[in-house]
Amino acid sequence: MSKVRVLVGTRKGAFILTSDGKREQWEISGPHFAGWELYHLKGSPADPNRIYASQTSGWFGQIIQRSDDGGTTWHQPGTPPGENPAPGPPKAASNKFVYDISPATGKPLTTHQWYDGTQHPWEFKRVWHLEPSLTDPDTVYAGVEDAAMFRSTDGGENWHELPGLRGHGTGPKWQPGAGGMCLHTILLDPSDPKRMYIAISAAGAFRTDDGGNTWKPINKGLYSQYIPNPTAEVGHCVHHIAMNPSRPGVLFMQKHWHVMRSDDAGEQWNKVSGNLPTDFGFVIDVHTHEPETIYVVPIKSDGEHYVHEGKLRVYRSRTGGNEWEPLSRGLPQKDCYVNILRDAMAVDQLDKCGVYFGTTGGQVYCSADAGDSWNAIVRDLPAVLSVEVQTLA
Amino acid sequence: MIRIILPPHLRTLAVVQGEVELEVAAPVTRRSVLDALEARYPMLRGAIRDHATLQRRPFLRFFACEQDLTHDPPDAPLPDAVASGKEPFIVLGAIAGG
Repeated sequence: MSKVRVLVGTRKGAFILTSDGKREQWEISGPHFAGWELYHLKGSPADPNRIYASQTSGWFGQIIQRSDDGGTTWHQPGTPPGENPAPGPPKAASNKFVYDISPATGKPLTTHQWYDGTQHPWEFKRVWHLEPSLTDPDTVYAGVEDAAMFRSTDGGENWHELPGLRGHGTGPKWQPGAGGMCLHTILLDPSDPKRMYIAISAAGAFRTDDGGNTWKPINKGLYSQYIPNPTAEVGHCVHHIAMNPSRPGVLFMQKHWHVMRSDDAGEQWNKVSGNLPTDFGFVIDVHTHEPETIYVVPIKSDGEHYVHEGKLRVYRSRTGGNEWEPLSRGLPQKDCYVNILRDAMAVDQLDKCGVYFGTTGGQVYCSADAGDSWNAIVRDLPAVLSVEVQTLA
Repeated sequence: MIRIILPPHLRTLAVVQGEVELEVAAPVTRRSVLDALEARYPMLRGAIRDHATLQRRPFLRFFACEQDLTHDPPDAPLPDAVASGKEPFIVLGAIAGG
């Protein structure tokens, strides 16, 4: 029977929730890396036992953790605990994220726009998102703050920036949003290994068609009232982008305000907020088997980061946007003021698509019936930063 | 033998309990102590000093013999009591919040 493994990153550690295909009874393990912020954990589609985790701290910096046994044991790639160091220069460190400013890149960009419009040096802070390759367990991409993309091809042991993104020309116009200038979304096109999409707050969405060497902004159709030129090429605060792997050219975006859709790989975006009570939000995801069924959780406003009217409601559209229905069965419908952060929703691949999300109040909810009804797997974790799910044979 | 006290999160990361003891060749300075520490526990590289610049991470401080050594030059000799192992070299996370 199939199983699911839910990987939860929180403000104070990681938790792993497992269940069989019924998704009714759950086993909880954790906290892993107790006391640290776990921005994101994600398993390799090519080897589900391989899981990468971003462990981070304002005090002690960035740590990359890896499990090769489905989350039972962990180590820093290339640095097994307790290993005596070999003679010679120190080995490469898996937490070494150094921006590429070499002349060889042609564009050794070192500054971006600060909140006040002045230029500010790029400073590495943390890894927001880890995206393992669809085919190679040892290849994994990292989206980082200050915004850049790194790649490891040796299981997370060494990281190298893909400098074409940061250096493609608009970099000096990127600026941080309230959460920092982070590259938070990485989507790999399963039909074209050279095509990837990323999103940055607050710069916008970008696409590469050559494996990450060159990038182009894909923000036409976005309108952001909070920037000097609302239709600028870059500067938009994109919160998250989702795709269904069966239709990789169709993208759905939750922007700072507005839910958007593109049918041409991001060349043009159209607003599909429709009848949502508010179209501010962070998460967005797509049903595994129904590529026109999408999910968002409306948040009251940019100044009030909690759900609308004190009611926790997921909104589902079965028409690819514009027409939305609230899903509330099993969710609190009064006095609820949690937020759902951008990487905190996921879908499984079981026949009856499971949908999962985590809240800043520490609840992780599961729907085993595509959103019709919900149950809390856990209710009292630290604030949830990210939720991913693995469907296991 | 140099004695080093790490904050709890870094002890967890390095999989050590209590103090760390290291041989450090003279002259014993903050730089030589941290170099030796990172060589023995490579998982700590980047967690105390920035990888690229080797600058102290902003929220960490260094103490020994009841003195704040945080802002001393990295190549300044550490107190004799640290070099002799009588007193530990302390890496401390700055307190934030109430």
